[in-house]
Formats: sequence, structure tokens, C-alpha cells
Amino acid sequence: MYFETHELSVGYAGRPLIEGINLSVEKGSILTLIGPNGSGKSTILKTITKHLEKVAGVVEIENSNIFKWSNRELAKRLSVMLTERIDPELMTCEQVVAMGRYPYTNHFGALTPQDRAVVKESLCLVRAEELAERPFTDISDGQRQRIMLARAICQQPEIIVLDEPTSYLDIRHKIELLDILRKMAAEKNVAVVMSLHEIDLAAKVSDQIICVKGDRIRLFGPPETVFTDEKIKALYELESGSFNTLFGSVELMAPQGQPEAFVLAGGGKGIPVYRLLQKHKRAFSTGILFENDVDYAVATALAAHVVTAPAFSALCDAQIAEAKRQIDRVPCIIDAGTPVGVQNQRSQELLNYAKAQGKRVLTGTEAAEQMA
Amino acid sequence: MEKKRFAIRLRYQLVFLALLALVALGIVLNVNTGSVNIPVVKIFKIIFLRIEEGSVDSKIIWSIRLPRLLTAAVLGGALAVSGFLLQTFFRNPIAGPFVLGISSGAKMCVGFVIIFIIGSYGNIPPYLLVLAAFVGSLIIMGFVLLFSQRAKNMSMLLVIGIMIGYICSAITDFCIAFAKDSDIAHLTSWSMGSFSGAAWDTLGIICAIVGSALVLSMLISKPMDAYQLGEGYAKSMGINIRLFRVVLIALSSILSACVTAFAGPISFVGIAVPQIAKFLMKTAKPIVIIPTSFLCGAVFCMFCDLIARTAFAPTELAIGTVTAFFGAPVVISLMIQRRSRQQ
Repeated sequence: MYFETHELSVGYAGRPLIEGINLSVEKGSILTLIGPNGSGKSTILKTITKHLEKVAGVVEIENSNIFKWSNRELAKRLSVMLTERIDPELMTCEQVVAMGRYPYTNHFGALTPQDRAVVKESLCLVRAEELAERPFTDISDGQRQRIMLARAICQQPEIIVLDEPTSYLDIRHKIELLDILRKMAAEKNVAVVMSLHEIDLAAKVSDQIICVKGDRIRLFGPPETVFTDEKIKALYELESGSFNTLFGSVELMAPQGQPEAFVLAGGGKGIPVYRLLQKHKRAFSTGILFENDVDYAVATALAAHVVTAPAFSALCDAQIAEAKRQIDRVPCIIDAGTPVGVQNQRSQELLNYAKAQGKRVLTGTEAAEQMA
Repeated sequence: MEKKRFAIRLRYQLVFLALLALVALGIVLNVNTGSVNIPVVKIFKIIFLRIEEGSVDSKIIWSIRLPRLLTAAVLGGALAVSGFLLQTFFRNPIAGPFVLGISSGAKMCVGFVIIFIIGSYGNIPPYLLVLAAFVGSLIIMGFVLLFSQRAKNMSMLLVIGIMIGYICSAITDFCIAFAKDSDIAHLTSWSMGSFSGAAWDTLGIICAIVGSALVLSMLISKPMDAYQLGEGYAKSMGINIRLFRVVLIALSSILSACVTAFAGPISFVGIAVPQIAKFLMKTAKPIVIIPTSFLCGAVFCMFCDLIARTAFAPTELAIGTVTAFFGAPVVISLMIQRRSRQQ
């Protein structure tokens, strides 16, 4: 492994916050720290960049303990992107990026033609060539993050440590930045260690994930093993809402109480209706959903009861009977507008049953008008 | 790119030339004007050809005006550089050389000497006041350095500096309660600053101190530049922050201690001049701004001293009065201009 920590303890003023951290990252791959606010992600990152005194343990780059290195030696191997906002006076973006050459330039910081070439290349890599001459204080947050990343790249490190690089950024700039990171890791063979708040993006961009919570590292592994609904729910203590790892989407708290409606859903038509009912705090039951239906994932998070059917099979009597029982318990049924095909032919039966029972039958849009 | 860099270099050269021309003009005007007007041609003859040695004009020029104007120039430059160092360090444009309590410390020691020593022993040699001011400044510098090791961030250090200043002022005020009126007047006039005590031997000492501090400042211009990105990034680029802090504070303090010792605390030069220098050069790069600040400070102080000497002759104004009068509006206008450009 290129970069490793052994039984590292981090904290403030000698008091450990998180103990026994063993993590490792290879060149060219991305390691992401996730965890709730205040869990100590930044503390870990600041310790491995030597911004904070470690409490115990070692951090090694190529089997050599970095705590024994000088700052300058470390600067040639490791560069950072911090959360602190900078406000450099009268500096162009190019000059900010060129500051990354610091460990390499002479005593007066004069740039050689090679240095200038590296600056240009770094600006290119983050797609910010057109910002070169602009004053750093004039550009937007998204542009600033790109320039700061270019500065870190310009330091020609073998490992880059980024503390929440995507904060302040809108979704487009988040994606762009992570895309650049991925590309840089691969092209320059650089190891990346970062913390992210966006767990959905973390799963997509990272090779390894670390969950930080409490006084130990709970989970460390590839995203496929770390990202399960249950583990994420436990990590962030999601008591009211839920997180769907498959979609990377968040659902708010399910409405409480007796169901007031039955939603006849499927094929994605149900999701907007569920979310509408959730917003107005109306409990509901829904069905009949195949277990591979997109509606199924959201329904299990929001509905009081879900009538389900196995994937790829036609509906059978038992499921129809269960759905009818649910319909009996509510005054109203909402038809989300799911198209009827071979597998769900019998859902039409349910609609007729509800009408025969004298239940109100609403379409999805009617339901929305009712609630408004 | 190449063109741009050429344009920048041209700007640096032009500004330097202009400043040197202003220095020359300042020297000529300062030598020329005063209670006795000496024609320019004669000045050149006296200075460069050393004719008329022994004459009154020659004496006025050699033993009064030349040392005084050179002292004003060197100390003015020192103040400006001292201010620039601290502004870079605190990343705050109103941090001046005296923000760390240095002038208060000097005033406290000078107050001691004036009130208790002169009070008891009558006349004392003038260098004792210089020594007192220097010692006072360095004591405060020592305290600030001591705290700078433990201070977590720079605003904390700024607060400590200001608080130490208050303590010193309190002690000074306490001493004043027991002082004679004449001593109080003496202390007040000292604390407004003046270049009138200038002489060749003191100028030599000043040049040695300021010169070495200036060279050292130029040597740390690279970490100062990186410091613009904040302490976190500076550290990540390989700078030893603790050492850097100590060196920077020490250099700035020695420069302002030197000024305070030989001319009293002179306000506003340290705040205003670095702003002017940055405005002229359109950069904040220390390697450019340190020499520019020095030249600007020299020009600024020479002209301020000229005004102080001649505006209400024969009454001489305190140099602090003139620098504040011209310095404060410069700071205001530059700040407003920069804000409006940023929006």
C-alpha cells in the first residue's frame, strides 16, 4: 500500500477522539470518509496532513513514518484542499495555482519555465484556463474550488487530501469536481483521500469507503459492502427518514396513523403520489407492487402497508385478497395511473371492487387538487 | 502570457524609477527649504564638491538638514515595511506597526525615565531616552513572541497585543499621576514624534538596524507570499509556521522599535504606505512590495517632515500630526476604491 495508518489515534490536546484507525490507500484510487457532522472526519484528515498533532500511532507513506518528515519533504508528496476560505490580496487565479510550486522553487520563489508549464497543465486539468488572469476574489465558489484543486495538483503530489471539496457547490459543480478527481487519480496515478457529505456521490466516486462515527472506525471497505440501507441508516442515525442506497435518494419520515387512502400504483407512477401524501402527513397503504418496481423502494419507506408480489410473476388470488382487505379499511382509493399489462392485468379488478364498495376513486392529479 | 509578464515588469520598473525621482526631489526640497533658503546650485556644490566648508550654509546642510532628512527617509521606510509585514501576517489592512503594543511599551519606559530619573537627577544624556524607548519596545515584543507560541490563531494574537498595549498605557497613566507638569509636557511632545533629534552618529545606528531587518524581510518574502493563502495552506506547502511567526513579529517589532526609539511613535505611515505601494504595483507580492513600501515610506516621511518644519515656521509641527493628517484620507480612499472594485 502507498499510504497507510497504523493504530492511529486522533483528537485534540492529547485527548483521543477516534482510536485505532487503520486505513490504507493505493496510488490511483480514491478513499472517501463519510459520517455525520462532528464525527471527526476533518480531525482524521487534519492529522494525516500534520495540521493537527496526532495522539498516537503512525502514518506511513511508502513504509516511512511521515511524522518524522519535515514539512517541506511532506509537501512534495502530499497536497491538500482545505475547508478554510482564503482571501488572497491582489492575486490572480494563476498566481494562486502557482503557489503550489512552493516546495520546488528557489529561495525567492521564482518560477522556471517548467514550473509555468506545470501551472498551465494543472489549470487545464480542472478546465479553468480561462480563469487564469481573473482575480481570485472575483470568481464564484465553484470556480474557487476548481482553482484550489488546481493548486493542489500543481504541487505534483502523490497523494491529495481533500476536506469536503464539494461543500458550497451546486449539483453540476459537484459532479464536475468529482469527475476531475476521478480523472486525475487515474491519469496522474495519485491517491486521493477525502471526506464527503453526499453519500450518494461517495458511493459512485470512491474505491474505498470509511464510515466514521464514535470512537472507532466502524466500517472500511469498497462501497458495495459498505452501502446498504441498514448500515447507512445506523451510521447517520436516520430515525425519522430513510436512505435508499440503490438510488442514492433520501425519503423523509413516513406519515403516522391509520391509512386514509389506498394508492393503486406501479411502474414509477406511485412515487409522486406517495411524496405528495407524505408532505401532507396522510398515512396510506399501497399495492400491488412487484418487488422489482421502482415504486416499491419508495413505498417501503413511506407507506403504512405495502401489498407486494414477487418479481416477474402474474398477480395471484392471495395478493388480490390482501389488497381488497386494505381497500376495505380506507375511505378512498387513488389511481396513480399505472398502465395495465400482462402481469398486472388483475389490478383493474381492484378498481372495480373499490367502486362497487362505494369508495371514492381519485386520480393522482385529483388527489393533488384535493389536498391543495 | 509573455506580453502580460513584460507589462507587469515594465510597471515595476516605472514605479521604481518614479519613486527614486521623488526621493531625489524630496532630498533637494528638504535641503533647500527652511528658515534659511539655500539655492539649489549651492546645495550641489556644498554636498558634492564640499566647497565652502566651515561656512554657515555648509553647517546647516551637513549637520542639520542632511542627517535629518536621511533619518526621516530611512525611518519612514522602516515604518512602512514594518506595517507591511504585520498586515501580511494578520491579513488585515489596518494592522499597523503599533498594533502589538510596541509604542505603548516604549512610551511606558520613556515615561519612567522622564518622570522618575529626570525628576530625581535633573538632566540626563539624550541617548537614555532612545535606549528607554528601544528597551520598552523590545520587552513588549518579547511578551508578544512568548504568546505567539501558544496563540491558536492570529486574531487571538492581535487581541493579546492590544491588551498588552492597554496595560502599558495604564502603567504610564499611573506614573503620570505622580509627575510634574513639565515632565508630562515632555512626554507628550515625545509621544507625538519628531525627527529633530537626528544626527550622523544616530543615523549610522539606524541604518545598520533598518538595513539588516530589511535584508532579512526580503529573505522571508517567499513564505510571506504563501502565507496569503492562510496558515493551513502555508503549512501544507512546507512552511514552519511557528518559526515563521517568530521571525516575522521580531523583524516588524525591531523596525518599529527603532523608529520609536529615534523619532517617537509615528502613526499612520505603517498603515497607509503599504496600501499605496500595493495600489501602485497592483500586486501584494512581498518581494516587490517590501522595497516599494520602503521607498514610498521614505518619500512620504520626507515630505511630511518638510511640511512639519515649514508649514507654520518657525513653529514646528509634530511629525505624527502631519502623517495622520495626510495618511488617514489615503487609507480611507484606497479602502473604498478597493471595495467598489470588488463588487
